[in-house]
Amino acid sequence: MNTATQDGSRAPSRLSRLVTRHGRIAPALIFLALFFVMPVSMLFGLSFLDSDGALTLEHYQRLWDKPVYLKVLGITLKTAAWTTVLCILGGYPIAYLLATVAKTTRARLTILVLMPFWTSFLVRTFAWIVLLGRKGAVNTFLLDIGVIEQPIKMIFNFTGVMIGMSHALMPLAVLTMLSVMEGIDANLSKAGSTMGARGGQTFWRIYFPLSVPGIAAGGMLVFITSLGFFITPALLGGARDTMIVQTIIFQIKEILNWGFAGAIGVLLMVAVLIIFFVYDKLLGLSTLSGGEATRAASLSKNPIGYVGAKVGGLFTRGMGTLCEWIGIAIGRLFPRRADKRRADGGRIAIWMVGLLMMGFLALPALFIIPVSFTESGFLGWPPQGFSLKWYQALADTPVWINAALRSFTVAILASSLGMLLGVPAAFMLARSSFTGKGAVFAFLVSPIIIPNIFIAVGLFFLYAKIGLVGTTIGLILGHTVLAIPYVVITVLAVVKGYDQNLDMAASTLGANRKQTFLRVTLPMIRSGMIAAFMFAFIISFDELTIALFVTGGEVTTLPKQMWDDALLRVSPALAAVATLLLLFMSAFILVSEIIKRRAAKRS
Amino acid sequence: MSGENIKLKIRSLRKTYGSVVALDSADIDLRDGEFLTLLGPSGSGKSTLLWAVAGLNDPDSGQIWIDGREATHLPPFQREIGMVFQNYALFPHMTIGQNIGFPLEMRKMNRIDREKAVMRVLDMVKLGHVADRYPQELSGGQQQRIALARAFVYEPSIILMDEPLGALDKKLRDHLQLEIKHLHEQLGVTIMYVTHDQEEAMVMSDRICLMNNARVEQIGTPEDLYFRPNTVFAADFLGESNLVDGVIREVNGNGASVEIGGAGLTRALPNPDLSVGDRVKLMTRPEAIEVLGAGESRPNEVSGILREVIVGGGATKLFVELQGGATMRVTQLTRAATERLSPGVELRLGWEQHAAVVLKHAELESEL
Ligand SMILES: Nc1ncnc2c1ncn2[C@@H]1O[C@H](COP(=O)(O)OP(=O)(O)O)[C@@H](O)[C@H]1O
Ligand SMILES: [Mg+2]
Repeated sequence: MNTATQDGSRAPSRLSRLVTRHGRIAPALIFLALFFVMPVSMLFGLSFLDSDGALTLEHYQRLWDKPVYLKVLGITLKTAAWTTVLCILGGYPIAYLLATVAKTTRARLTILVLMPFWTSFLVRTFAWIVLLGRKGAVNTFLLDIGVIEQPIKMIFNFTGVMIGMSHALMPLAVLTMLSVMEGIDANLSKAGSTMGARGGQTFWRIYFPLSVPGIAAGGMLVFITSLGFFITPALLGGARDTMIVQTIIFQIKEILNWGFAGAIGVLLMVAVLIIFFVYDKLLGLSTLSGGEATRAASLSKNPIGYVGAKVGGLFTRGMGTLCEWIGIAIGRLFPRRADKRRADGGRIAIWMVGLLMMGFLALPALFIIPVSFTESGFLGWPPQGFSLKWYQALADTPVWINAALRSFTVAILASSLGMLLGVPAAFMLARSSFTGKGAVFAFLVSPIIIPNIFIAVGLFFLYAKIGLVGTTIGLILGHTVLAIPYVVITVLAVVKGYDQNLDMAASTLGANRKQTFLRVTLPMIRSGMIAAFMFAFIISFDELTIALFVTGGEVTTLPKQMWDDALLRVSPALAAVATLLLLFMSAFILVSEIIKRRAAKRS
Repeated sequence: MSGENIKLKIRSLRKTYGSVVALDSADIDLRDGEFLTLLGPSGSGKSTLLWAVAGLNDPDSGQIWIDGREATHLPPFQREIGMVFQNYALFPHMTIGQNIGFPLEMRKMNRIDREKAVMRVLDMVKLGHVADRYPQELSGGQQQRIALARAFVYEPSIILMDEPLGALDKKLRDHLQLEIKHLHEQLGVTIMYVTHDQEEAMVMSDRICLMNNARVEQIGTPEDLYFRPNTVFAADFLGESNLVDGVIREVNGNGASVEIGGAGLTRALPNPDLSVGDRVKLMTRPEAIEVLGAGESRPNEVSGILREVIVGGGATKLFVELQGGATMRVTQLTRAATERLSPGVELRLGWEQHAAVVLKHAELESEL
């Protein structure tokens, strides 16, 4: 890879060291500077310019003057807050169950959470339309058994948005909380029980406080991600559920008012930053990386944290005592017998709630499949008869075929480019120490923290200047921006876990650098690399926001085509596309999960 | 030991995990005030037994009685036991004071009494000044002492300890061994202790329960186990031993005569389970064997050729090849180089009758 140091006997000069170092990380940095920093800053710059290019605050003035935008911001915050609450409440039992079962069971159950996390967003949203629509599966069922007389309105209102968004983001909450819960020593609860604490007390006084950093981190990630949503509110919400990103899309697509769109974007960004700031003050940003379960010592030294800890202490004490009373009451009703084995009722309840929530995550997407085989022209439940005509229709429509081919090509090329840029950077982050390493890492992963809409709109503007709008290459470059963070994070974890003594052992045995890399390092980290590639592939394959802006005319991708169709009408043809996509992506995710597991086993 | 009261009675206890038998037919009586150690190699079922007593796992069959009450399937919080874990299991989000106060709070003790009790045990473990700190601000040894204080503070009926010193370095371990022993003597509590370290078990215990392969191999005082092991495993696990193949030729009231391959007849302590003609292992401890000078004699004598001498600090090991081909190890105090024997010379070895034990042959045993 680097010729400068191939001759191992000669100490590399400072200059060549510098070149090797920058040679590894510079391409990724330059790429992001061009296709991430530049477009995003251009967008922000635009928000301070009027139509003649003169400096102005008129866009911000308008934001302030027109109550509708602050109202939309309010709706956005409200939607995000409720989504967060639902994700935590629903996700906690899942995470708790996963954290407290045996390792092998956990590995199996985690797939039930990961699959919906990675299956196409649009597919899952369509599934809710099939389930909750006027003629959907739920209404049909309730009418049939006579519980209701009229269909209930469950979508195209706030309820629909809540169901769709909590379904979309609950896996994120689960995985974040799980990473903290896995670090909680199981012996702590056991120690509590030997000291005389009943189940309720050990949970509320010991386990729950230790899991709070997970709740905070999960809640924070869900909240921030929700702020940038538009697919779910657009497809499952009503007119009153419009979120801020939708107004940005409207400004650009319909009115072409760049400056004002930029100003709305700044408004959203400021909201995000304030939330980050408050979170950091309260809990410290370091908790976001998870794992750090114990912060009581530092918390008690910060005044806000101190009050929080006091209130939290009262709360957990109250809940603990309450649960203890319930436990005692149950104990009175059904006294424990010392000479008989007895099922653990609490555990059974946790399993039931956990499986129920996992069912909520995993099952809805399956409803897409039967409706794709309907003979009817409408998406009703139950599907009428059996026919392959919608699949036939797809095969006969070149636009779908082309979109699928393009999505595939773009995903392959974007993830390859992402690997080419991200892997050397990850290697360097893992293996050398240099000043500003933390900042470099933060920069490389920042595209996943910034709402995609900024990148998308910024790229649209940039591409408009350099003639890349509506080109496949523009799309690939945009998706590469999103792929880099995932590649860096995945590869970094793999390389960090790799024992460098093995390389040294190989070199003492007479292997040169190239041989060492090819014969020792690569075989060990290969599965991790493949996982990173597949990760990046899925990100690109399922990406809608950037595609929405930088594609046009003939050049379209599968998600973009589905979105355009869905805005007109969610039809059985769309269900057929979604079914194919569901099958393809599930297979893909299963394979990558298996590969990742194998990698984990080896290291 | 304060009395013959039985604190803990375990009968035919069995626990399996899937197809793995983790504990089988365990019978143990723990007396009031006793310090009993479960000793055995890793995976022999020590923790499984201890956790069953704590109520942290649910046994398949058998019974556990604590203070005369059956407790086999009771949940841990109804058992009045205390437990010290290897990794201490201190609650990281509570101060030391809150940690130690927790069991008292669960017992609804009022705050003032609680604080007094906490200070009392903290003084007992000489850490009176750390009540307001958090566990992670203490060293490993200090954390272990807090874990002890937390188990002692509510004066449970029995205190269980699962390799509590396993994570500490040798020096600290030696120190804390004595400290635990002193606490045990001062407070007169009943302790069931787990370790895989035979020296630790010998130093601390009133009695040792030796475990192997999910079963109790032998229970007895450290002296019993060392000088009168019942099995080859016990002889091998505690200290060093010479195990030489032999056949019983004669048994009478005060001993057995054993012929060891080509080296003649020796006398050993009797073993009621064995009879004339049985193939056995003759067990002796290397430090009980003497190299005999001219004119010296012992009840048992064999001769052989010195093959190797290893000087290890205070003790020197001699490897002597007997006429039948078996090798015996002899441990002596190290002497100056000029006085040392050199390999190749012929030696006479001798030992007293009570220093030799006959054991059932391990291979034959496992066939049964
Ligand atoms: N929770 C468990 N699940 C499955 N097997 C277990 C479990 N706990 C212990 N075992 C098995 O039971 C046997 C005894 O284990 P343990 O009691 O922990 O031994 P020790 O404490 O003596 O090292 C071992 O073979 C171990 O693998
Ligand atoms: Mg153990």
